[in-house]
Order: sequence, then C-alpha cells, then structure tokens
Amino acid sequence: MKNRFKFRYALLVFMVACIASLINWTHPARAAGAAPRYFAITNARVVTGSGVVISNGTVVVAKGLIQAVGETVAIPPEAWVIDGKGLTVYPGLIDAGTDLGLPKEEPTENAAAGRGRRRAAPSGEIAKGPEDRPGTTPWRVAADEFKTDDKRIETWRNGGFTTALTMPDGGIFPGQATVVDLAGDRQGDYIVKAVATLPISFRPVGGFWGFPDSLMGSIAYIRQVFDDSNWYEQAAPIYAANSIKFERLPYDRTEQVISRELRDKETVLLPANNSVQILRALRLADEWKINAVIYGGQQGYAVADAIAAKKTPVLVNLKWPERAKDADPEADQTLRELRFRDRAPSSPAALAKSGVKFAFYSGGLSGPKDILKNARKAISAGLAPDAALRAFTADSAEILGVSDRMGSIAPGKIANLVVTDGDIFGEKTKVKHVFVDGRWFEVHEEPAAEKPSDHKTDEPPGSPKDMTDGEGVGR
Amino acid sequence: MKRVILLMAIAFGLFAPVALRAQDSNAPKNNIILIKNATLLTVTHGNIEHGSILIRDGKIAEVGTDVKAPDGATVIDANGQYVTPGIIDCHSHIAIEGGVNEGSVSVSSMANIADVLDSDDLSIYDDLAGGVTVANVLHGSANAIGGQTVVIKLRWGKPASQLPFEGALPGIKFALGENPKRSNFSPPPGIEPRYPATRLGVEETIREAFIEARQYKKDWEDYKQKKAAGDQNLIPPRRDEKLEPLVEVLEGKRYVHSHCYRADEILMLIRVANEFGFKIRTFQHVLEGYKIADEIAASGAGGSTFSDWWAYKMEAFDAIPYNAALMTDRGVVVSINSDDAEEARHLNQEAAKSMKYGGLSANDALKLITLNPAIQLGIDNRVGSIDVGKDADLAIFNHDPLSVYAVVQKTLIDGRVYFDRQRDIDMRPALEKEKQDLLAKEKSAAEEKKKEDKSEGKSEGKSEKKPDAKKKKPPTSQSNVGGVAGGGL
Repeated sequence: MKNRFKFRYALLVFMVACIASLINWTHPARAAGAAPRYFAITNARVVTGSGVVISNGTVVVAKGLIQAVGETVAIPPEAWVIDGKGLTVYPGLIDAGTDLGLPKEEPTENAAAGRGRRRAAPSGEIAKGPEDRPGTTPWRVAADEFKTDDKRIETWRNGGFTTALTMPDGGIFPGQATVVDLAGDRQGDYIVKAVATLPISFRPVGGFWGFPDSLMGSIAYIRQVFDDSNWYEQAAPIYAANSIKFERLPYDRTEQVISRELRDKETVLLPANNSVQILRALRLADEWKINAVIYGGQQGYAVADAIAAKKTPVLVNLKWPERAKDADPEADQTLRELRFRDRAPSSPAALAKSGVKFAFYSGGLSGPKDILKNARKAISAGLAPDAALRAFTADSAEILGVSDRMGSIAPGKIANLVVTDGDIFGEKTKVKHVFVDGRWFEVHEEPAAEKPSDHKTDEPPGSPKDMTDGEGVGR
Repeated sequence: MKRVILLMAIAFGLFAPVALRAQDSNAPKNNIILIKNATLLTVTHGNIEHGSILIRDGKIAEVGTDVKAPDGATVIDANGQYVTPGIIDCHSHIAIEGGVNEGSVSVSSMANIADVLDSDDLSIYDDLAGGVTVANVLHGSANAIGGQTVVIKLRWGKPASQLPFEGALPGIKFALGENPKRSNFSPPPGIEPRYPATRLGVEETIREAFIEARQYKKDWEDYKQKKAAGDQNLIPPRRDEKLEPLVEVLEGKRYVHSHCYRADEILMLIRVANEFGFKIRTFQHVLEGYKIADEIAASGAGGSTFSDWWAYKMEAFDAIPYNAALMTDRGVVVSINSDDAEEARHLNQEAAKSMKYGGLSANDALKLITLNPAIQLGIDNRVGSIDVGKDADLAIFNHDPLSVYAVVQKTLIDGRVYFDRQRDIDMRPALEKEKQDLLAKEKSAAEEKKKEDKSEGKSEGKSEKKPDAKKKKPPTSQSNVGGVAGGGL
C-alpha cells in the first residue's frame, strides 16, 4: 500500500519533470536548469574588466564561480566546452538602479498620503509632522519583496545584464535596496546582498495637506530622522543601564533601522540630478555625516570637480533628458533646457576626467538596448569605452559594495559573464551567451521588442522627470 | 507671489529673452574699479554731482569729486548716469526650489529656505537687472510660524552656498490673519481642516509654540548643567528641528519677519512677543500700519510694505498708498518690498510713489529700498548707502532712479559687475544662435530616429514570423526600442 503510493508519487514527479523540460526546450533563452555546472569558453577574446584583455583565451566556470581565466588554462574534463571563436567574454553587466522584481503597488503600511500631490487621503493617514514618520519604511528590504516572475528580469539578462540594484519606491525612506543576480530557481537564489544601500527621496509625500509638502519640508524631515536616530543610538544604552531611573523609551522602528545604518556606515543614496541639487546633496551628506552616493547626476558635467573633491560616488541615470514626446512643437524651448539635453550625456566623461567613481543605471529605460544605446551616447560625448564598461562592471560593483564577488573576470569571482559577437557597445553586437552565478543561458535571438508598457513604472526617484517637474526634488 | 497675473504682461514685455541670460558675469581683471563722472545718490550724505567711487577688494574705498584712478584700475565712465546703493528687497521669494511654503502644519519652523536655495533661478538675474543686490528670501505665509529665512546677495553664477549674506542674522517667517487660518483653503472631504481657523487660534498657536520652545530651552540647559556637574548617566533631550529656531528667537539670534495686515493682529503680536521677551524685527505688508504707527515704532519693529496695492482680499481693504510715508513720519523704519520676482525689478519706481502719496523727499523715498531695509535686516553696517568702508553693492541708472525713465545699466555686488545691460544686449545674438543650433541638432536627431524606427518596424514584423532567420541582414535593431520608448520623459 505504502509502496504503491510512493510509486504513484514518483510517476507524477517524473511526468511533471517531463513537461517542465519540454517547456524549457521551447523557451528561447534556455535556462540550463539542473544542467552542467562546469563550463569552458575557449578561443574567445576575454575582456577581464580589470584592464587586461586576452585576445585568445579561455574562461573556466565551475559551480557558480570563475575557476580560471587565461590564454592556456586547464579545462576540467566534466566541463561543457563552448567554442568562443569570434566571441568576446565580458564580466556580466550591472544595472545600478532599477525596480526589477518589485511589485508596483504601494506599501500599505504607513505610506501616508503616498504619491500624487493633490491626492485626497483619509485624514487618518495625513502626517501632521515628523513624529508621524511620513513615507518612512526603512525596514523594508527589497530582497524580501523580490518577485522572480517579473518578465523584465529575462529581458535584462538576455541583454547582458547579470546583476541589478533593485530599489523600493514610494516615500522618503522607502526601504533598503538589494543587489540581485538575474537568475535563479527560487527567490533566495537571486539575492546577492539584501541590505546593500539605503535610498532616500526628497519627494514631498504630504500631498499638500500632509507633512511634508515641500522640498524644504522633506529635507527638514530627513534631518529630524537622523537627529532622532542619533539620539536613540545615544539614549538606548543609557536607558538599558538605568531603567529604574528613566521613563521607558518608546519603540520606533525607524530610529532602530536608521541608527544601525549610521553605525554601520552603510551607503545612503541621495537623489540629485542638476548642479544645484548635486551641490546641495554634497552639503547635506557632510552635515548628516552619511556615507552618501549621489543618484541622478546628469548635470555632473557642471560640478564634476566639486563631486571629486568630496570623493562621493555617483550613479548616473542613463535615461538622458529628452524633449517630452507629446510636447507642443511650437512651445518655446529655453536655452537652459536645450543645453542640458545636449550636454547631459557628457557628464560621465566629465566625471571620469575629474576622477569621480561612477556607475550607470537604467533609471526607467525600457531595457538593455536602450541602456547600451544611451551609454553609447556618453561614449560619443567623450567617455572612454573601457570607462563605460567599468561603469557597468567593476566600478558599479565597488559602489554597491560587492566588488569582492563581482565586477571582473578573475578566479573566485561569481561567474557572471556576458558573451557577445562583438564589442559590447557596438551597435550591431548581439549577446550570445549569458552566465549568471554559473547558470548558462544561450540567447538564440533578439529578444522580443521591449514594450515600455510591459511593466508600467513610475519614474524612480532621481529620474530626469523627477528633477524637472517641480514636484519632489524637481525644478 | 501676489501680483503675478497683474504684472505678467509687463514682465514679458520688458525682459523677453529670459532664456538668453549669461550664466556668469565677467569678473573684473583686477580688484580696483573706479566709477567716475556720475551723480552719486549716497543716501546718507546727500547727492554728489560729477562724483566718483573707488572700489578696492569689493569695498567702497573712496567717494567724492576728486578721486583719481590708481594704476591698473578698471574705469567705468558713468557720465550723465546715477549711482545708488544696491537695492535691498526685504520680502522676496526668489531662488527657492520645491515650494515656498511648507503649508501642511501650522508651525513649520523646521523648514529652512537656506536648504533649498536655487542659485540657477533666473529671477536672480532678472532682479539684478532692476538694480537689486540683496534679497530677504522668505518662507511663505501659510503658517502662524513659518520656516527659517535667509538674506542673500544676488551673486548670479555662484553656487547656492555663496549666496547667503555673510554675517546677516537668519530670520523666521510668521504670518497672521487669513493665510495661516486658511480662510481661502478648504481641504477635500475626509481631510480634517488644519488648526487654527481663527485669528484667536493663530495667537494661541504662536503662544503654544513658544511655551514649548521655552521648555525645550530649559530642558537642554538642565541637561548641560547636570552633565557639567559630572552626571554621566543622562539621556539627553531629543533635538527638535522645529523648536531650535524658536529658541534662537528667544535668545535674539534670529529675526522675526511677520506677515500681517490688520492693526488689531499687529498689536496682538507685539503683546505676545513682549510676553515671551523677544522682538518682532519687521512687520511685512503691514497694510494697516499707518493706524498704529506709534505702537509699531515704540516696539522697535520695522515696517516693510507695498507702495500701492490692496483690496486683493478682505483683510487688505483698509490699505492706503500713504502707508509708507505716514509710518515714516511717526518714526517707523519703513521699507518698500516686492514679494514678487517681477515687482522687484522696479522697486525704484515703487519707492518713488511715496513721493506722490505722502510727500516723502527723494532721499527718504530712496531710503525705502536701500538704507531702511538694510537697517531692518541688520546689515546697514555693510550695505544700504554709498559710504567708505561699505560693500561695493551699487546700481547704475541712466536716469534719476526715481523717474519712470530710469533703466539700470550696471549692477555691482562686492565690487564685481553682475549685470551689465550692454553686455547682455551684445550677448543675445550669440545666445540666440546657440539656441537655434541646438534646436536644429535636436530636430535632425529626431528625424534620424524616426527614419530608423520606420525601417526597424518593417523588418521587425518579418523577423517575428521567422525567429531563426539569423542570416537575414540584421535590422538596425539597437535604436528601435529607443524609438518606441524614448521621448517619454
């Protein structure tokens, strides 16, 4: 009886496995599921990402890591060999600012009036001051909410992106951003660094009737949160040692998370796109004594030296400013806007020249094609191609605090690789293979057209819209 | 804020090519400038015909009819022109990013204008073109106690960190009457209206905030005292960004600039301030100030008013254009302000109206926009008149500045020319050309993209049917998605 049950069960599993494998076969970018864990890409040009280019080399991947790279390396007998003749191997690309895998609905908890300036909200949700902690959920961690069924994950991966920083949105302290690798069997496989960095937005969340409803109100609020967190850090041990002497300290989740964050010197992402905002962010970072990274940075060309002087890294939004698609063609364009749109792509070159560490992020672009296309614009505007590659690989990994594990092709690094049939920034280059944590994906064809409507996103904070519409950090 | 609609037409008419403004003013080759042959309206010691001003290191070094240019001095020949002290606007909302009001709460003193200064705001340049050199940049009037304020010099082209007037005491905005009691704002259903809703409530709100601030101050003093006495096991009070500026008010380290209209509420605020032992530095708008000029003068407060603007709401019905003159007669230090980026460009004319209405002398009229606001802001040791030792903040007009024909030719701050009308005019063709070139560049790029999209669109359709048609000439695929997704800023 028991045995028969077991047999039936096994049969079922077998059938499911068969169906699953069938589905797998028909999938254009075939995940090699329970497939080999050893690979060797031979006869390929290898751009290691650490300055060395091997014109005819081999990369050996073993159990998720890069085992060896060089002109003549031993190929393990169990390895699947991919003939890399005519192909180039790069470190997997990193998109340093996305909302990949994050559901779009507002967090229900304490999101106060949420987005939308004039949105009416029940009075109970209206923040009446900093003590109501408007738009503040720093305890959320993107990793915990990461959904693997986001179709964009595959789109990004097929375009050569193996890794992304995914940021919660909504609010002033929306939550901790997570570094994810873009493949895995289950959610946990994706997460590289759950608590990677703390994004902050200056967007007023009060919606006119609630606090804060202005940029200066947001800044004042953030200042108060840092004050409170520093206070908590100081007060908690004194209270613990003298609990018969003092009134009980109230429990405040925000203070607990932020004080830990300050103690650990975790990086904080501050939005700043134009020169005024960038200089302001640098000043606030000093005042708040935080380990800041600027995101936005599109007018970096005007203030690159000031950024360099503070040694503050920048995540550059590759969604370059453009004239609004449905703009009145007769409407006057100011010289200032025109100059900004013309010069924004020169920011990376200017940052590189001044010695600022920077990485690229997609900032709401619809997919890898656009991302690489816009990176090409930065290259046309003077950025050296290898600096552009670093902004997608080594420098990005460093800013995100994962450079010990990724960003270049070297033994011991996570086997995140992209194999192309030409220069990664070439217009006609195609991605042929992608490895994520040693999982092999063969890209058979151009991915289907990426529709912007595929996953309708609000602009993430720091996108050009945010900077120009007068709402939030905008002007 | 207020006259926007009324004066929009004038604004566009007078200074149309707003886009064509230079980002930066040229620095002088050296730090010595001589302005010669001008009529100097010194404000403090009469007018000097055919006078000269020597500027050294940004300060006025010599003033008189017999000043010689040292070697290497840059000479500005202002023959037939008039030099006045730089105009000071005691009520401005220029150069603020992301909202003038933190209007959600009745006490928004945690908000600070200095945090959101926007050095790229074109209004800075526009106001320079009206001879303004200093502006008291105020938070709006939505709150009984509003945000922290900052006095700036209009150093166009400098970063925001270099705008604040060094050493000028910061301020805080208060507001009385209809705005803080939200007479003209009702929230949508479901949202509780903000307290207060009456003038009584405004008073109560201010009083309560200062009671809190007094306690906060005491808590910190107690803490510091105990700590100094050696008690190490102490939990410090929390820092409170809302109360700290109010403590500064109590300690006389921060000026109060209060928006107000009616006589009764002005008297109320004087009483409340007395109760808590602080002073009101200026009453702003103060349209009924003429009714209680003696009381205002006795309180030591200044009055910063409009020249001739009223009846735009109930509490502004009792205003008269004689207000500035009448308050001046009773010993109040009076200034005329703009409250508006456009109005600030002709404050000289606004001041001149007090000669017609109230019979102020030309010099007293000029004081309304120079020395008096300097006194009100506590910066009269640095600016407000043409005197040796003061900052070389100057405006050069082609006519008597109190005439409607007067147009600013040059504006200097710290001895540096920040606005030069001729240079502005000379620059326009080049800037216009730059603009046209950039427009053409964008247009051709857009057309290019359209073309690519078209060809891409076709081949895309085919390749969808034959996914494996690898040998087919690859479409210009990279730009396709851009075409679809691009534009959407």
